[in-house]
Amino acid sequence: MKEGSIDFRLNGKDIKYDGSPLKRLLDVLREDFELTGPKEGCGEGECGACSVFMDGKLVNSCMVPMGSVVGREITTIEAFSETEKGKCLVDAFADAGAVQCGFCTPGMVMASEKVLEQNANPEMDEIRRGLSGNLCRCTGYDMIVDAVKLAAKRGKGLW
Amino acid sequence: MSQKISASVRRKDAVDKAKGAMEYLADLFPVSPLHGRFFYSTIPRGRIKSVELPDLAEGYHIFGAKDVPGKNGIQMVQDDWPVFAEKEIRFIGQIIFLIVGADKAEILRIRDAIRVEYEEETPCYSLEDSEALYGGVQHGDDNIFTQFEVNHGDAASLFEKADRILENDYYTGYQEHVYLEPQSLFAHWENDSIVIHASSQCPFYIRHSITGVLGLPEENIRVIQTPTGGAFGGKEHFPDVLACPLGVAVYHLKQPISLILDRKEDLAFSVKRHPSATHIRTALDKNGNILAMDIDQRLDGGAYESCSMVVLQRAVFTATNVYNFPHVHVQGRAFCTNKVPSDAFRGFGAPQAVFAMECHMNFLAFELGMDPLEIREPYLLVQGDKTVTDGRIHETVILPELTERILEMSDYKRKLEAYKTEPCKGIGFSYFLHGCGFTGSGEQDLIKARIRIVKTTDDLVRVSASNVEMGQGLITTFCKIASETLGISLDRVQYMTPDTGDVPDSGPTVASRSITIVGYLVKKGCEKLKEQWKSGEEQTIFQDYVPSSYTVPWDNVALTGDAYPAYSWGANVVEIEVDPITFEIETKGIWGTYDVGVPIDRRIVEGQIQGGMIQALGYSNLEKLEVKDGRYRQATLADYMIPTSMDFPPMECDVLDNPYDYGPFGAKGVGEMVFNGGAPAFTAAVCQAVDAEIDEIPVLPETLMELKDEGR
Ligand code: FES
Ligand code: FES
Repeated sequence: MKEGSIDFRLNGKDIKYDGSPLKRLLDVLREDFELTGPKEGCGEGECGACSVFMDGKLVNSCMVPMGSVVGREITTIEAFSETEKGKCLVDAFADAGAVQCGFCTPGMVMASEKVLEQNANPEMDEIRRGLSGNLCRCTGYDMIVDAVKLAAKRGKGLW
Repeated sequence: MSQKISASVRRKDAVDKAKGAMEYLADLFPVSPLHGRFFYSTIPRGRIKSVELPDLAEGYHIFGAKDVPGKNGIQMVQDDWPVFAEKEIRFIGQIIFLIVGADKAEILRIRDAIRVEYEEETPCYSLEDSEALYGGVQHGDDNIFTQFEVNHGDAASLFEKADRILENDYYTGYQEHVYLEPQSLFAHWENDSIVIHASSQCPFYIRHSITGVLGLPEENIRVIQTPTGGAFGGKEHFPDVLACPLGVAVYHLKQPISLILDRKEDLAFSVKRHPSATHIRTALDKNGNILAMDIDQRLDGGAYESCSMVVLQRAVFTATNVYNFPHVHVQGRAFCTNKVPSDAFRGFGAPQAVFAMECHMNFLAFELGMDPLEIREPYLLVQGDKTVTDGRIHETVILPELTERILEMSDYKRKLEAYKTEPCKGIGFSYFLHGCGFTGSGEQDLIKARIRIVKTTDDLVRVSASNVEMGQGLITTFCKIASETLGISLDRVQYMTPDTGDVPDSGPTVASRSITIVGYLVKKGCEKLKEQWKSGEEQTIFQDYVPSSYTVPWDNVALTGDAYPAYSWGANVVEIEVDPITFEIETKGIWGTYDVGVPIDRRIVEGQIQGGMIQALGYSNLEKLEVKDGRYRQATLADYMIPTSMDFPPMECDVLDNPYDYGPFGAKGVGEMVFNGGAPAFTAAVCQAVDAEIDEIPVLPETLMELKDEGR
């Protein structure tokens, strides 16, 4: 192993990263691994467009320096959307009208997964609370809430 | 009964977007050889005295006014906004230099080492200061960018006969677009031409803006739209402001450069919605009938004109909202101040005008002891009525149906009565409309839209136009119009990416014109193709805009005729509760009924309705943007608060069919109208809850606290 290299798992693969530990996870994902599903909407932890899972928790990857990724498991929308749950959510978003400009959507899908993981049959208020760290300027959120409900209904047994 | 076309389909772009596979500008060029970053002015008004530039390592460059090969003025409606400030500074955030290089950290180091010395002048920040020529005149001889006056009937003489005159002032604040994707461009040089990729609403506007700057013919400038992560007007002209300096750099270096604003920069220096102040005077007879109105609108245009003229036109022509007052005088003026220029934002002057008029109608109702709906009813426009510009309302107006439906959905009447005695609760109502298409004769004289439809040998149909998908669903709705007209399945129709090197110019994606005007051309073109359809053969159809024969001709000097060929209409009700201790306002219910002709896709239209309404409620209640010493105090998304999923309850809406003969399948515009009614309905609700008159948005807890301190 190279001095100072950062070992972590990315979308199920072991990775050795030897760039700066100060570089943001978001930039490493986008620039070094061409994973452009996570978007930069603000770069300051306010919008959730850059959401990924770190050890199964929803994090804003723009706020995570590579140094703190050592030994962690990172999952991006690219991998999550290929899982059964991910497919169910993506379809529900498309069918419920939850996608407009789409810039917030990958992050919203990731946040929705965490809502459903907490409760497979969430009430509107729980969904709204669970998504409140992710901004959407287009939809007004109603159809995103509908999408989560639709996924919950269709995905019986998945969550 | 609902039309067949309105049945909702899955949007063509939805799955790719949800999976993270849609590539926006920053995704298309995640690693660029060169990056650009601006050096901005730090004073609001004055002159550049001297400049000191640091030594540059190889491969790093600084571009400024002296590097502009052509004219140092961005061609928008006017060309007063310089590409790079040369001597005069008019606002904090004016671009003085563009620094280009490979390493972002080195670019920042260079930026921070640039020294500019200024000679400061007294800035003017408010409409009053601008009108008083505070610090000396800076535009023309009166600081007025543009002004319009409309005389409908003979208001002046009616004021002389009035039994009573009631008057009041109404104010609206700034609003920032907060498209989730920041402003993003990438440009390179290819075969004697500059190629600009841009997240934008109007690729042809960018081309137009830069031609004179680079001194290149239009054929040597190619602008390609990239999937656009929200725009709302913020990517109508502002991309021009970024593309011009970027173009200058690429012109000299002939190398690819990416230019992506970070969110802080975007919030601080991108254009905003025009703040407004409107004074309305009303002449009444002794029975309380409205005899005449005098409306004075002032818009804060910021430092350069940009498209203030066009925004002001819409404000003026929307001044009387949905009402037919026989005698009206309207004056509108847009003023120059030392702040970031104001520009297009969903609604484009109409929200400011509608807010003032709806608040004023409530004020009249209060003064006359009438019910808010009862005072409005006799003046509602009907088919055949004259508009404020002496044009006509050609369509059937279904305001009575929209009203009946929203009253039933919201239980407005009962609640209005009940909340008279229940403190802290309130419900408010508003009417609104939005003219579809460019103002006046713009479509006919300026835009002259054209589209192309190509059928391939595989019988696939490709629609090409310059209108962009920016979230509103245009790819899907255009393809639906084509597939429905041709009687082929939706997946056999494609919408091509707007690229000025390829697609015909069907005009900008603005003014609620895409469906009404361009969608109609798609329909007409497809009808032609259907007639000539030869399976297995390649066929190409062009369809040009044909001026409608039914409209009252527009006179651009007298400002008379049909300002718009048709209107979309709506009504909103908002119910709120105010916390008696904290004065936080909680929205309890949101309703809307709309006439958009016929929805091309019901779910897409509802998405516009919900999104537009929440954006309007943000404007009314949360989105405070104040200027202190020439800078916005709200510098991040933590300070400038757009609605989250927790701020507002779900909305209930209904769309009633009222087919428009000259729209595709009877459709009219949607995107902007849905914004116009939120602020006045919200404000009316708060007025009832706190039993006071509020004439200004945003309505904040602080506002209510002050009202209380004043003992009201
Ligand atoms: S980009 Fe990370 S939270 Fe906005
Ligand atoms: S769909 Fe545009 S920001 Fe959510």
